[in-house]
Amino acid sequence: MPALTQLSATELLAELSAGRVSSLEVTQAFVDQIEAHDQKVGAFLRFDGAVALEQAQKIDRRRAAGEQLGKLAGLPVAVKDLLCSRGEKTTCASRILENFVAPYDATAVAKLKAADAVLIGRTNLDEFAMGGSTENSAFQKTRNPWNLECTPGGSSGGAAACVAALMAPLSVGTDTGGSIRQPAGLCGVTGLKPTYGRVSRFGLVAFASSLDQIGPLARSAEDAALLLEVIAGHDPYDSTSVDRPVPAYSQTVTRPLAGLTLGLVREHFGEGLDSEVEHAVREAIKVYQSLGAKVKEISLPHSKYGVAAYYIIAPSEASSNLARYDGVHYGYRTDEKGMQAALAAERTRLESAGDRRAIDELDSPLVRLYRRSRAEGFGAEVKRRIILGTYALSAGYADKFYLQALKVRRLIRQDYDAAFQEVDLILGPVTSSPAFKIGEKVDDPLSMYLVDLYTVTANLAGIGGIAFGCGFSADGRPIGMQLQAPPFEEERLLRACHIYQQSTDWHRRIPTL
Amino acid sequence: MSLSRAEVERVSLLARLELSEAELTSMTEQLGQVIGYMDLLAELDTEDVEPMAHAVELSNVFRPDELRESYPRAEMLARAPHADGEFYLVPAVLGE
Repeated sequence: MPALTQLSATELLAELSAGRVSSLEVTQAFVDQIEAHDQKVGAFLRFDGAVALEQAQKIDRRRAAGEQLGKLAGLPVAVKDLLCSRGEKTTCASRILENFVAPYDATAVAKLKAADAVLIGRTNLDEFAMGGSTENSAFQKTRNPWNLECTPGGSSGGAAACVAALMAPLSVGTDTGGSIRQPAGLCGVTGLKPTYGRVSRFGLVAFASSLDQIGPLARSAEDAALLLEVIAGHDPYDSTSVDRPVPAYSQTVTRPLAGLTLGLVREHFGEGLDSEVEHAVREAIKVYQSLGAKVKEISLPHSKYGVAAYYIIAPSEASSNLARYDGVHYGYRTDEKGMQAALAAERTRLESAGDRRAIDELDSPLVRLYRRSRAEGFGAEVKRRIILGTYALSAGYADKFYLQALKVRRLIRQDYDAAFQEVDLILGPVTSSPAFKIGEKVDDPLSMYLVDLYTVTANLAGIGGIAFGCGFSADGRPIGMQLQAPPFEEERLLRACHIYQQSTDWHRRIPTL
Repeated sequence: MSLSRAEVERVSLLARLELSEAELTSMTEQLGQVIGYMDLLAELDTEDVEPMAHAVELSNVFRPDELRESYPRAEMLARAPHADGEFYLVPAVLGE
């Protein structure tokens, strides 16, 4: 038998429920893997092996006592440090929440606990999920397990890296503009962004509320189905979660899928697409064709406006959502005495200079407390987005930017609705190139934003998408592809990914650490 | 269009952010590029398009108005940087 860390979540669950292996043994294997390699990878912000093993032992005892256990009983699951977990730190990879202890569980976390999962650790991310490389974490870099000089993508970079590095069989991420699918593609794992409303956002620290969605990262569609089945569903605490039954994804994922028509978006195969990526995606299309799928070229004429619309809407919502970090209610606060002294000195200086206007415009102590606490607590990218969003919503600009972006959002959704009249799924690349180097794009926000070209439109339209590996570059970096489906067709996404993974073995490749 | 340093400074007050001189410089330049890119949207005629604020276009979602326990005050105030057991404390707002 291969090492326990190499088994899929589905296989591990079968071993666990048959009593052939204990949760303690399984958890120990992943704990060992983290302890051996996370120094290099940096996927976890916080990890406590003893706490994980204690949870595992508890589940083993309950199993031995013949108790009815949950769907993920004894299986380790990693959680992005953006979801509240009662009594535990939830930092969002931000200084402003460095010492914040969540007072309640996010619904997704509560569901994992109810399913008897072993919560093995909290994964790294771009601060407040803003970024595509995990370099915006205030605490540490995460490295791509396939090439340690490269980023794992982001914002769920830790979530993707820990699965690729066999440090957890399942992990929970979030996707606002591609933050599950892009790192999944760059790390060669399987990541699903559900339809907006499929998973409750309660207790997910908000970035852009109309776009945020929680979803699974795993080594295969079959494993992702297990996790999605546990976290999906209506929640009275999130009025935007949709009240419709949750399919038995873990059962239906293996059902055959015949007669598929796949749409290839003309605009996705144009200029800017790396030739190795294009080649791998075209090979994947051949695999689907060999399985009987029909392929049809389609157009999403407004997709080229996706990044522009997204980078108005998401920062606008963020500027409002992040107003809650004020140095008063919770989180970081600047040194008040120092702030007061600096303000007094400023006033004295302006008075001796006789600058009446500047004195009138001087911040009040409360305003300065807000401004300085936020200045010291937020990192550069978060500040950029707050300024961008505040600007896009400010008097004189709201119509030109925010309202126009919302109208373009409608056009993008209409493009999808029309396309799905003709095809069952849309197939394409998830990023235009494989993983980029750490530091390569940090000082060039626009080029970082353009990485999201193929992913943001699904969030704007609210539809689901799944990303998974379909090859490697000549130098060994994973290449990802994406399928997108009409709203609430997660089963179709999972099944289509599964039939591909049954015919290929990209998803079984393991990086050497 | 582009973005001026004075505009970034004005917006930083609206956003309750303090920006250093260096940040003002880099942000004016970087956001200028980003805003310039947004001009792309202006080429679309959206006169008759209804804005879409949300993917799931729900209107009012009602629930029964039932009394429920709230989070204990002490537990919430314990997370505040400065509180007196009853209130959040901030610098004096009124009067000199």
